[in-house]
Amino acid sequence: MTGIDIPSVRAASPPPVSGWVHSVETGGTVDGPGIRYVLFLAGCPLRCLYCHNPDTQHMHDGRRIDAADVLADIEATAGFLRHGHGGVTLSGGEPLVQPEFCAAILRGCKAMGLHTALDTSGFLGNHADDYLLADVDLVLLDIKAFKESTYRELTGAPLRPTLEFAERLALMRKPVWLRYVLVPGLTDDLGQIAGLAEFAAGLGNVERVDVLPFHKMGEHKWQALGRPYRLARTQPPDPALTARVRGLFRDAGLNVP
Amino acid sequence: MDTLLTESVVASLAGAPANPWRGFATGAWRHEVNVRDFILRNVLPYEGDGGFLAGATPRTRALWDKVAELLKAERAAKGGVLDTDTERVSSITAHAPGYIDRELEIILGLQTDAPLKRAIMPFGGWRTVKSGLEAYGFTPSPTLEAVFPALRKTHNDGVFDVYTDEMLRCRKSGVITGLPDSYGRGRIIGDYRRLALYGAAALIADKTAQLESLALDRIDEHTLRLREELAEQLRALQELVAMAASYGFDVARPAADAREAVQWTYLAYLAAVKEANGAAMSLGRVSSFLDVYIERDIRDGALTEAQAQELIDQFVIKLRMVRFLRTPEYDQLFSGDPTWVTECLGGMALDGRTLVTRTSFRTLNTLNNLGPAPEPNLTVLWSERLPEGFKRFCAETSIKTCSVQYENDDLMRDHWGDDYGIACCVSAMRIGKQMQFFGARANLAKTLLYAINGGRDEISGEQVGPAFAPVTGDVLDYDDVVARLLPMMEWLAKAYMNTLNAIHYMHDKYMYERLEMALHDRDVLRTMACGIAGLSVVADSLSAIRHATVRVERDDRGLATDFTVEGEYPAFGNNDHRVDDIAVWLVESFMNALRKQKAYRDALPTQSVLTITSNVVYGKKTGNTPDGRKAGQPFAPGANPMHGRDRKGAIASMASVAKLPYAHAQDGISYTFTIVPGALGPTEGERVANLVGMLDGYMAQGGHHMNVNVFDRDTLLHAMDHPELYPQLTIRVSGYAVNFIKLTREQQLDVISRTFHDKH
Repeated sequence: MTGIDIPSVRAASPPPVSGWVHSVETGGTVDGPGIRYVLFLAGCPLRCLYCHNPDTQHMHDGRRIDAADVLADIEATAGFLRHGHGGVTLSGGEPLVQPEFCAAILRGCKAMGLHTALDTSGFLGNHADDYLLADVDLVLLDIKAFKESTYRELTGAPLRPTLEFAERLALMRKPVWLRYVLVPGLTDDLGQIAGLAEFAAGLGNVERVDVLPFHKMGEHKWQALGRPYRLARTQPPDPALTARVRGLFRDAGLNVP
Repeated sequence: MDTLLTESVVASLAGAPANPWRGFATGAWRHEVNVRDFILRNVLPYEGDGGFLAGATPRTRALWDKVAELLKAERAAKGGVLDTDTERVSSITAHAPGYIDRELEIILGLQTDAPLKRAIMPFGGWRTVKSGLEAYGFTPSPTLEAVFPALRKTHNDGVFDVYTDEMLRCRKSGVITGLPDSYGRGRIIGDYRRLALYGAAALIADKTAQLESLALDRIDEHTLRLREELAEQLRALQELVAMAASYGFDVARPAADAREAVQWTYLAYLAAVKEANGAAMSLGRVSSFLDVYIERDIRDGALTEAQAQELIDQFVIKLRMVRFLRTPEYDQLFSGDPTWVTECLGGMALDGRTLVTRTSFRTLNTLNNLGPAPEPNLTVLWSERLPEGFKRFCAETSIKTCSVQYENDDLMRDHWGDDYGIACCVSAMRIGKQMQFFGARANLAKTLLYAINGGRDEISGEQVGPAFAPVTGDVLDYDDVVARLLPMMEWLAKAYMNTLNAIHYMHDKYMYERLEMALHDRDVLRTMACGIAGLSVVADSLSAIRHATVRVERDDRGLATDFTVEGEYPAFGNNDHRVDDIAVWLVESFMNALRKQKAYRDALPTQSVLTITSNVVYGKKTGNTPDGRKAGQPFAPGANPMHGRDRKGAIASMASVAKLPYAHAQDGISYTFTIVPGALGPTEGERVANLVGMLDGYMAQGGHHMNVNVFDRDTLLHAMDHPELYPQLTIRVSGYAVNFIKLTREQQLDVISRTFHDKH
């Protein structure tokens, strides 16, 4: 075998795949390290009560675009992303609704030498095969609740697949940033949060935890869609509560900036 | 022609009791006027962080408290003018010394005999001065009324004597606006450092030798003009010596220590702002020069860090107090009472060392010690190779104060070397070796409408441009419109250049900047700095015509006065080559049209993509445009994408602007970037790192200039309603900074409607 070039199974030029893209944010700074090109993919299996992008829940909320065109657009900003110590983040929606599309984009990004992040709820973790995950440098894993009933009430889906995906990533030693949205009256049970913190710390691959205080910036989108927003009366958490929750994760030995 | 410093002068300096040049590495600068050589041989580059910095001394704080009270009174006064002289024509020596508080000031000198009292500088135009005085509740002296213009003609009188009908039509319609035909052109940077390094006696000897060098066999008009100018320069230098003496300083000799170096530099600048009220009176690049003196004194144990900071803080307090008497009309163009005391920090030397010094930090640190302020207009010459500690300190200061602008040193160094300064907002020039004829800007959006309407103005209906065939169809065709736009741009370039020639001929004749030019070499490079407004409006319009369907609606005069856009089109600011290429083509095409024109005094034509705050006025004077912009709506400022059309985030917006070619816009390309703090990163450390990354990325792509604003829209809305709570709220507009509360309400609303990058 030595001295013979074996062509990679997935060549550098992406296969002709297209996908549904909701929008692009080229100056993202909150979805992974540095300055990022954030591709918001359309379509999501969850129906979170606090969803702040309800206009991305259906695939057809997006526009169908070829992966090659997306990659050309990314390449045009690659200089910024490298100087900004950033990269590309696939977000949504739920990117793993479109695993082939994700895989093509991620492969292309790695061919350009860019850092890649996958922002996911983990519910469709089994859509991501090991080839796809090999092209992911960082997973932004959103664990929305740690108790089955709370998770179901909040998202309409079971929790188990997300935890299984977290464990699979841990076995692969794939870096993970855990994200937790703190919603008063919904996800503020300190006992459950402590349980999540202990679980996350035990995984060994969670590099950072972002506790995101609930906000209502997505409310107008629900109104625009003519759908009832059930958290209209919920207030953002008290800063003291947010600090306390961050403290719980820190107490478990996790890095909370 | 600055090699004439006589040996006798050098010898006399060497004999002085405290040799002012003690401890300095010698070089060419000892035998000729060559400040750059002095800096490169003596500068102490600083690669560390801001940990060494000192706060304001009690004396500085007490002085600033007094100034803050004066500023408050000024804001409360009619039109924001605290007081003005009504009797005396200002000159370098017209006013007795003025003080804020003699006990607290360590750097002395005011423009007039009292702080924030404005002076009359009528040689630009008496009517302007008169209406300025009357607008703010003052009565002009009857003596002066008798002098102007009956006994003394002004620049403004001269220009209107020679304007052609075409020039007047262009001016009236607003296709060319903001021309310096009734106010000082500014944008000339004297090398104020020369006074500190050499003293006036040596500079006078040098200028005298320059005058003698022009005793030629054949004395023609060109030589006569230069001889007369040199004689005026000599007179100005002598007046500078006299003015300094009135404050108790002997500036005939070089500065002997750091305090004198700051004082001398300031006095040279002060002399300039006592006699010239140019639109932009920039300072140049003095910080790292002064650092050589400060570091020598610190090394000798004669100065502590706190004292060094005190010198810079007090210098900056003085620079914050520079004022000119303007008119309300002028305010419409350049809002917020700007003076553009632009000071450049950082940059790299051609030999690869950084020119960042501790005094670059000290100057930025005035924003911490005295709070944010629009002036001096602090401009960081950014290079990828700047020390990391300085980059971070700049970003931190930007995030805290919104008072800093950034310009690409890696780009400009190739053009202008390593001792250039920025005049006004974005205009680079070698200090003491180059000047510009400021040319305001031409309205490219209106020009497009002229191309569609056969040279008739869409608002007045008058035939302003040449009567070329108008577009006749109901749907605009790209090739057809471009074929009409090109000749209209050629015509505009011709009318514009001719107008500028008239203006600068008269400005040289009636309002020559004696003192500023005395601090230049004999022979300088002159640029004719033209400019364009409405670039993104025209690029988007052409994109709409090409990629969507634009229907024309004509009024009863037969003029295309409204447009309906059907379908979507790629808009400038989304890193989409389909429209970005059009913007690049526009910049190149107009520059090429300008290059065909003959400029006064063999000036080199250049152009800027910069509007300052005049984007509001230009918009007001321009009808509906084919991009869907409605009549009267402001243009985007400078080279910015139109408000809200850059939808793909900050990087895509920057990438589009960075494509505009500096080689065809050597007078600068201004981009104003506004982001809310949360969108710059979740923690303070990340925000700093990300801003550094954005600046590095933008400059590496070839971007020229960036104003950085980090704030929430809510803050501005609150400040509009409660200005008293935000006396120092500073924001960057196009190429300069203003006190937000000093903007007109219209301009405040324009700022608030701009794109805020806020995804988070």
